[in-house]
Amino acid sequence: MASEAVAERRSAGHRLADLFHGRERLQVGALLAGPVGWLVIGYLGSLALLLVAAFWSVDPLSGLTEKSFTLENFESLFNEPVYRDIIWRTVRTALLVTVTDAVIAFPIAFYMAKLASRRGKALLVVAILLPLWSSYLVKVYAWRTLLSANGAINWALDPIGLSGPGYGTTAVWLVMSYLWLPYMILPIYAGLERIPNSLISASEDLGASPFTTFRRVLLPLTFPAVVAGSIFTFSLTLGDYITPRLVSNDQFIGNVIFSNIANNQPFAAALALVPIVVMIAYLLVARKLGAFEHV
Amino acid sequence: MRRRDANSARTAWLVVAGLVVFMLVLAGCGGGDDETTAGGGGGSSEELQKLGKGEGEVSLISWAGYVEPGWSKPFEQKTDCKVNNKEAGTSDEMVELMKSGQYDGVSASGNATARLVAADLVAPVNVDLVPNYETVFADLKDQPYNTFDGVNYGIPHGRGANLLMWNSDEVKPAPDSWDVMFDPKVAAKYKGKISVYDESSYIADAALYLMTHQPDLGIENPYELNEEQFNAAIDLLKEQQENVGEYWSEAAKQISAFAGGDVTVGTTWQYQYFALKEEGVPVAASPASQGFLPKEGATGWSDTWMLAKDAKHPNCMYEWMNWIIEPKVNAEVAEWFGEAPAQELACNETENKKFCAEYHAEDPQFWERVYYWETPLADCGNGEEDCMDYNDWVKAWTTIKG
Repeated sequence: MASEAVAERRSAGHRLADLFHGRERLQVGALLAGPVGWLVIGYLGSLALLLVAAFWSVDPLSGLTEKSFTLENFESLFNEPVYRDIIWRTVRTALLVTVTDAVIAFPIAFYMAKLASRRGKALLVVAILLPLWSSYLVKVYAWRTLLSANGAINWALDPIGLSGPGYGTTAVWLVMSYLWLPYMILPIYAGLERIPNSLISASEDLGASPFTTFRRVLLPLTFPAVVAGSIFTFSLTLGDYITPRLVSNDQFIGNVIFSNIANNQPFAAALALVPIVVMIAYLLVARKLGAFEHV
Repeated sequence: MRRRDANSARTAWLVVAGLVVFMLVLAGCGGGDDETTAGGGGGSSEELQKLGKGEGEVSLISWAGYVEPGWSKPFEQKTDCKVNNKEAGTSDEMVELMKSGQYDGVSASGNATARLVAADLVAPVNVDLVPNYETVFADLKDQPYNTFDGVNYGIPHGRGANLLMWNSDEVKPAPDSWDVMFDPKVAAKYKGKISVYDESSYIADAALYLMTHQPDLGIENPYELNEEQFNAAIDLLKEQQENVGEYWSEAAKQISAFAGGDVTVGTTWQYQYFALKEEGVPVAASPASQGFLPKEGATGWSDTWMLAKDAKHPNCMYEWMNWIIEPKVNAEVAEWFGEAPAQELACNETENKKFCAEYHAEDPQFWERVYYWETPLADCGNGEEDCMDYNDWVKAWTTIKG
């Protein structure tokens, strides 16, 4: 009996194999159905629902959405100057953090890729990855303690008559730059690794100064890597709301979404569209600059 | 090459078209869902008639300090209901968590209860199944924040006033008024050192201050503000904003700010006050002789344990609601947190025999100077819908912080 069942199963398996044999489209389709289905339904689907919700209104007491079309949310978004301030503050910080991280990350990545010994390289990679293993909240609270009035930064600066930035916009910039630095170093490091050392030597032999070599050889070749890193630092800053809350009184887009989500989901959804639009604009500019051409 | 490009462009358009269709379908489904929940809402108003066996666990949302091992462990031993507790920092957070449908109950303040009922997230509570309810203080029963259309929606937990707290080394003499936070001249002395609760309900604190200091505005209830009164409160808060060191919404954040010297005066809860005392930070608050209140009075809370509509462990939740107002337990909770107990008999069980007197637990008149958190509604009882509603409050709070 058991062998009969096996035979049956095998023949079912055979039939299945016959079905797929020679049909490339079916093969690929079956293979991708799971992941693509998840992407479309779970990921893009929830996003789509969010966008639809932005056109709905809300019952002020219960916070339940009323599914009738309205542009009210977008009107208050554009008409209230406070939201413009908040959006601009968020985008400005994201740009500032991105530039800061790029400037710090490039030399470190260059040292790792071209100058460090094998052991030094391994050590540096570990040192960069290590902070990623600890919780985000722990790191932000650590900075909160560091920046506090009686904290380590003021303690260290006090003898030379200076004081730290305290909580505020500068603190947000510092902490975010710290948090997202690894996401900038790693792509640039990978990009530099792929450039053969001979190119640098050739540039030198042809009489280029180190700066010219950097400007005409290294930077163009690693530009896609820098942009890849900047997408991380920019989008992560754009979406963060816990750091601003813990080390400043600044409101970011995320903070306003958070304060509206409990009772005015449609307005929160309308606000959530802003980072999406900003991100699309960012990617278009990056493409225009040729960041995706040699990938 | 050309052909392939054209192909992939076509595929991309197909994907976009597919997404749009999918979106529309989702939007349609959303509408359908809603109707069914609305229909189900009517049937749910039937309350539990008989307690069954405990389900082995109970999931709670609570204010910091409401569910502590001191009384949750004995509860677990007695009832075999394991307690899963999630702390929330604001009423908004509580409402949002309740929407997830994963919790059995919540210790809701008055600015959450009406919203929870309106959103059909909580179920009526049959107080006959909570034996200890009988001896709850009469002035906590059948209040507008726990009883809706004559139906009881929860069990009172306790009440208290928001505190004015200051660092006694830095702030001298001891303030007896909210002036230190609101009067521009006085507050400027503590510029950058003022700690403010980060939720729209704080607008009521400004309105309360205006009740005493600008009586011509005619504010009678700090949660029922017409446009003029509301704008006056907002202006006051915008002025205050320049002196604010930090807005807090997690107790832990405020504790670290006071301990680190970043702020020296602010509005707080008893929980943070006692935690800082324990850490040895020199903090003080309005003394018991003033009823713990600055001279203008204060905003405060009267909290209610509510039962989630779709609670997975309703029996354990009923056990919990009865447990928390058990005289001994309610006394312990009240003393630990620093609030007036809801249970009359708890006053015989407190360690500090004068506790109930100090906290005015048995003095209904005292509580007239404490304005419990409420949800602001457009209709504030004068027949006209001319008051600012909750969404106005939330939006204004964003503009205050800038």
